[in-house]
Amino acid sequence: MGKTEIKKARYTTTKKFDMRTLTMVAVLILLWIFFTFATSGGFRELGTSFLSTRNLSNLMRQMTTAGIMGISMVLVIVTGGIDLSAGAVVGFIGCVAAWLQVYGNMGTLPTILISLALSVLVYVLQGSLISYVSLAPFIVTLGGQLVFKGMILVVTKGSTIAPLQESLLYFGQAYVSKPISLLIGIAAMALLLLNELQRRASKQKHGTLTEPMQAMLVRWGLFSAGILAAVLIMNNYRGMPVPVLIMFVLTLLLTIIADRTTFGRSIYAIGGNLDAARYSGINVRKNLLLVYCIHGLMVGVAGLIMAARLNASTTNVANMSLELDAIAAAVIGGTSMTGGVGRVAGAILGALIMATIDNGMSMMNLEAFWQYIVKGIILVAAVWFDIRTNKKRKG
Amino acid sequence: MQQDDYILELNKITKLFPGVRALSDVDFKVVRGHVHALVGENGAGKSTLIKIICGVHPHGSYEGQIFYNGKEMKFQHIRDVEQVGIACIHQELNLVPEMSVSENIFLNEKPTKYGFIDFDKMYVDSMALLRQIGMNTEDNIVISPDEKVRNLGIGQKQMVEIAKALSKDVHLLVLDEPTAALTEAEVDVLLDIINMLRSKGVTCIYISHRLDEVMRIADDITILRDGQTVETRKRENLNKDTMISLMVGRELTNMFPRVPHTRGDLVLEVNNYSVENPDIPGKNLIDNVSLKAYKGEILGMSGLMGAGRTELFTAIFGAFREPGQGEVKINGEDANIKSPMDALQRGLVLISEDRKKLGLNLIMNIKENTTLAALEKVSQAGILNEDKEVHYTNEYKESIKIAAPSIDVKVSTLSGGNQQKVVIAKALFCDPKIIVLDEPTRGIDVGAKYEIYKLMNDLVDQGVTLIMISSEMEEILGMSDRILTMANGRITGEFDITEATQEILMQASVPGR
Repeated sequence: MGKTEIKKARYTTTKKFDMRTLTMVAVLILLWIFFTFATSGGFRELGTSFLSTRNLSNLMRQMTTAGIMGISMVLVIVTGGIDLSAGAVVGFIGCVAAWLQVYGNMGTLPTILISLALSVLVYVLQGSLISYVSLAPFIVTLGGQLVFKGMILVVTKGSTIAPLQESLLYFGQAYVSKPISLLIGIAAMALLLLNELQRRASKQKHGTLTEPMQAMLVRWGLFSAGILAAVLIMNNYRGMPVPVLIMFVLTLLLTIIADRTTFGRSIYAIGGNLDAARYSGINVRKNLLLVYCIHGLMVGVAGLIMAARLNASTTNVANMSLELDAIAAAVIGGTSMTGGVGRVAGAILGALIMATIDNGMSMMNLEAFWQYIVKGIILVAAVWFDIRTNKKRKG
Repeated sequence: MQQDDYILELNKITKLFPGVRALSDVDFKVVRGHVHALVGENGAGKSTLIKIICGVHPHGSYEGQIFYNGKEMKFQHIRDVEQVGIACIHQELNLVPEMSVSENIFLNEKPTKYGFIDFDKMYVDSMALLRQIGMNTEDNIVISPDEKVRNLGIGQKQMVEIAKALSKDVHLLVLDEPTAALTEAEVDVLLDIINMLRSKGVTCIYISHRLDEVMRIADDITILRDGQTVETRKRENLNKDTMISLMVGRELTNMFPRVPHTRGDLVLEVNNYSVENPDIPGKNLIDNVSLKAYKGEILGMSGLMGAGRTELFTAIFGAFREPGQGEVKINGEDANIKSPMDALQRGLVLISEDRKKLGLNLIMNIKENTTLAALEKVSQAGILNEDKEVHYTNEYKESIKIAAPSIDVKVSTLSGGNQQKVVIAKALFCDPKIIVLDEPTRGIDVGAKYEIYKLMNDLVDQGVTLIMISSEMEEILGMSDRILTMANGRITGEFDITEATQEILMQASVPGR
């Protein structure tokens, strides 16, 4: 036994990880090059092309809803579940927020709190049915989708409720001023460095430090360059859009929850092998319910941002099938539909790819149906790729 | 000369996986009409060799030649292999659980009449095949052709696989670990079938870890080690000890490292414990069982498959579909276990017989599996401390010798023995008082078995109570301090190791009437 098998193991694990992420990044870069070429008359008028800072800023804003729904959808799918009601609930929450402001004369803070609480409640209900009554997530959330499409009409009577208060619009439309954006970027870089140093110190303490200092600094440098580039691009237009900032903060938060907490580890265990998780003494039901609660919070945030962006109730949003965008973002970002595998940040990559297609194609003045066709192909190709790499791994 | 009548000849087979040499220059010649056993530790290359013979690795993906009936074969697909009369029964059975036995037997070529499936003929033919292998007799139908495969035990599924292979015109039958999950009685049936097939001229390649069976059944034995043929010998020129030393490359003085234990306090007490059969309401699967387990001893649970040993301890562990009725005391206190969570809190750990389904999360790595059952030990306020995880896992990797390049390796890539060690590490990480080991060495190679036995002794010395469920009589007799036998959900006997023999245990294990 032994050596040979071990070498094989090492080979397959490292290769798989790199290929998955790299392929999707490559797809994104190719798309960007293509759209830039197609919208700049062969790279001549970059200022008005896809790659202009104004458009990139728009692109980021466009991806926020799918991105925020996507990051928690990753967690739901990791547990082996699915949420088909997310799009309808986003619409419902947006309508409730508008109703509260217009007919309820409520200030922005209570509106936000009530909306988020309501969204979490919606998912406590659905999550309880899934975890404690053991109904299939597909069925529960499909039912939920219909219910909340109906509830939207109950709240709005089918009309648009507008306008919202200025302070709520801040979360959908405003930009963080340029100096503060830069400050936030630098703070993020500093926090990243602190985190790296703390990890090093902890590793040293436990005698598991193997990485040389240079490697750590190179990694930090790359990440920092990325952050800085993003901030500078946004600042070249009007500064960091507030919803984009919210999305990044939530992504960071959920990444920490997924990767660094016992709860996160438990949900990966539940999705990877439910029986083994139960045998390991993991409280499956409680953890499942908590996942849906967190997802509910994210859906609530997405609903508020959506309403704030539209400056009106999101009466027609439920028919946009946003939940499918979120699922697609998660899947393109490497989440496996069979559960147990997926990264929170992957959904951001997925949402960015999807938004790129939407945005680039409308800039090319192509008809909307092309967006559906191309997005569909990319989604299926991503899953196909996933299955292919899985097969290789099994050998 | 008859010796030269080879049905299958493999010459200088070399198979490379990216970055690794799974087989190098392996020669393997199978005499027509013989049972040829292939033995070796896990990872020795047996499975790879079989996959080449069975067409899973197509021609061109390996170097070397395959001759079948004297002609060179270039198998591209499993179908090519089946067409020339080679059938493979793999370790993981390939049956459709939702289909009936007869539908599975004739899965690929269902008998038809006017274009419709002829279910009557299929039933009759299946029955004939099942009779042929001795499963069913005139007045005792063990496996009904109409039964869904889902409802069969693992041993019965195996028989269905064999019937399926026989339904085709098979000249060479390849059996990969066919007895790993069978009870001794079922093994006897299987070996009889192989004998019967041999007398009809069918050649068999037989892969097994159970060397006694190999000695009983094989004409020739080939030993593989580290991807190379060590030797092919006639059975008469080999004995078990030589075989083991050829496999591992060292003399094993004793299969079982027995050390004397001294019994301590009463730890686990089960009184009048019953579990209803979830499939047959009103009937007890476990019937009024009482037992005691003490600190510092290994309690062996012996019995035939289906005796209820696994179900008993799964129920006590709180993981069975049906809750148990009765009294369970740990250290004199009422345990009141309703879920595995409760069990782990009371210090009771179950290491399941099905490590891939119930023991491990195959897509996680060694570290994540090891700490999974006691995450609170490596976290503060719910935040994981990865360095603590790495630290503890490395300690276990050292102390119980998990062979892997690092603890970040996915457990799916480990050999059976190393996977089992990860399961044990995971159990130990919970600081258990009682460990129930269900078939702790199933499908594991000899070297790793020995290490697991030694580990069990160490645990007993540390004051852990061990309960070992095993279907291998040798293991029960080799490791236990005290033995309980079960049959039909009841305890049928208690024996001190000094008085137990194979015959005595078997007599107590055979269900009455």
